[in-house]
Amino acid sequence: MIRIQDIRKSFGDVEVLKGINFEFEAGKNNLIIGKSGAGKTVLLKILIGLFEPTNGSVWYDQQQLGGLNKDQLKALRMQIGMLFQGNALFDSMNVEENIRFPMDMFTAMTAKEKQDRVDLCLERVSLEGSNLKYPSEISGGMQKRVGIARAIVLQPKYLFCDEPNSGLDPKTAITIDELISTITVDNNITTVINTHDMNSVMEIGDNICLLNQGKLAWKGGKEEVIDSENEVLQDFIFASPFLKKLKARALGG
Amino acid sequence: MFVSCKDKQKMISSYLEHLGKFVLWQRNVYNKPENWRMYYKEFVRQLYDIGIGSLPIIALISVFLGAVTVIQFYYQMEGTLIPPYYIGYIVRDMTIIELAPTFTCLVLAGKVGSNIASEIGGMRQKEHIDAMEIMGVNTSAYLVMPKVLAALFIIPMLVCVSALISIMGGYLASVPTGLFTSAEYILGLRSFFIPYNVFMMFVKAVVFAFILTSVPAYQGYFVKGGSIELGAASTRAVVFSDILILLADYLIALVLTA
Repeated sequence: MIRIQDIRKSFGDVEVLKGINFEFEAGKNNLIIGKSGAGKTVLLKILIGLFEPTNGSVWYDQQQLGGLNKDQLKALRMQIGMLFQGNALFDSMNVEENIRFPMDMFTAMTAKEKQDRVDLCLERVSLEGSNLKYPSEISGGMQKRVGIARAIVLQPKYLFCDEPNSGLDPKTAITIDELISTITVDNNITTVINTHDMNSVMEIGDNICLLNQGKLAWKGGKEEVIDSENEVLQDFIFASPFLKKLKARALGG
Repeated sequence: MFVSCKDKQKMISSYLEHLGKFVLWQRNVYNKPENWRMYYKEFVRQLYDIGIGSLPIIALISVFLGAVTVIQFYYQMEGTLIPPYYIGYIVRDMTIIELAPTFTCLVLAGKVGSNIASEIGGMRQKEHIDAMEIMGVNTSAYLVMPKVLAALFIIPMLVCVSALISIMGGYLASVPTGLFTSAEYILGLRSFFIPYNVFMMFVKAVVFAFILTSVPAYQGYFVKGGSIELGAASTRAVVFSDILILLADYLIALVLTA
């Protein structure tokens, strides 16, 4: 579980996050949603410690992120997996080397153990046999899956995904969502997904945090989305004219 | 172009700010590795890239350095009472003390320095550095320390090779063309040798190696923005490295010959 308390973040005179409180639950897909510029990425970067909040605190279970010493922070980081929007795969390494990198760096596993773990992760993301391909030789969807495999190779307790569906076709996007969701539930991981993909919201949004102009505008589960009367949420969900028409038709308008 | 007093103050405070940031950053760079084997692997890769990768261009430049030095000095000394073998002596000492370390490192600042700035800057822009940080890697140390250490190890060797090739270049430009005899050139090379000059060459090589890797690494590591900013950082890396190498050259000459 990750808890944030009264998170504020300013860049110069501009306050991007204005006092956010939220709890990201373990074993659930926790979604941060909102329009572009709402502060989603800033919040995600604060959660993983890339940005320091101007005010407020981030708690990983009983540990406060800002109060950790170097060794504790390092230990915590090893429990974190991250899938980047652009995948952040190392171009000079092949798929296998990319996935093996965290193990090479931080574990004393034997070559055989590492190989087994790489194969297991590749199997988990349905990429068996792609070990020796380079990131430039595989599709965007496959790169995402390699990114997921690398993020879960050290069996993290917390998984962060920044726009996991950006640049993917709807079908591949659903596959990626399902994969993240399965991994989350199977391993009881606290997964935080930063997205503005409506399919993701409706399919895997167990615990949703809607940001609007730096404030928490709404929170709840996917079941509550449609029936909610929150204007910001409705405005966000039914932003496209097509969906607006569908909703009007469903309501008999 | 008119530069106002306020602009000058801004510029100076910006330079001082960068200097302070650079010095503080060194603490993160020279840190205990998370995994010695991974750092060693990276160190060996850098040895190859910086050393073997730069050898052809260094060899080419060095041949011409020696050749031009010989021809210029022959032109200036022709008709004087100075014996021709002095040219071998002048080429040797000029090469060892100044031309080999300074020219080699100025060229390497362009080749290796811009490469380091672009590589690290590209990793920053593609979020590779963020990805490593989140994994728990000390990216300042992992991405920079092996490069600097490899340069400190291999660049003095490159400078040595450059000096040797430069002296051979002088030979090739003078003896086969009949400017003077092989015996005269070799006599010059063997005359008035002061081992301290070689020490000076190594001091310069080590200091320049540090500059031409650390400065570009700093420029790349802290790059912000897109491809235009990355290009500008790469250019800044080479320009600042060159200026600092020349400044250090002057200071070393001042201190070691005092």
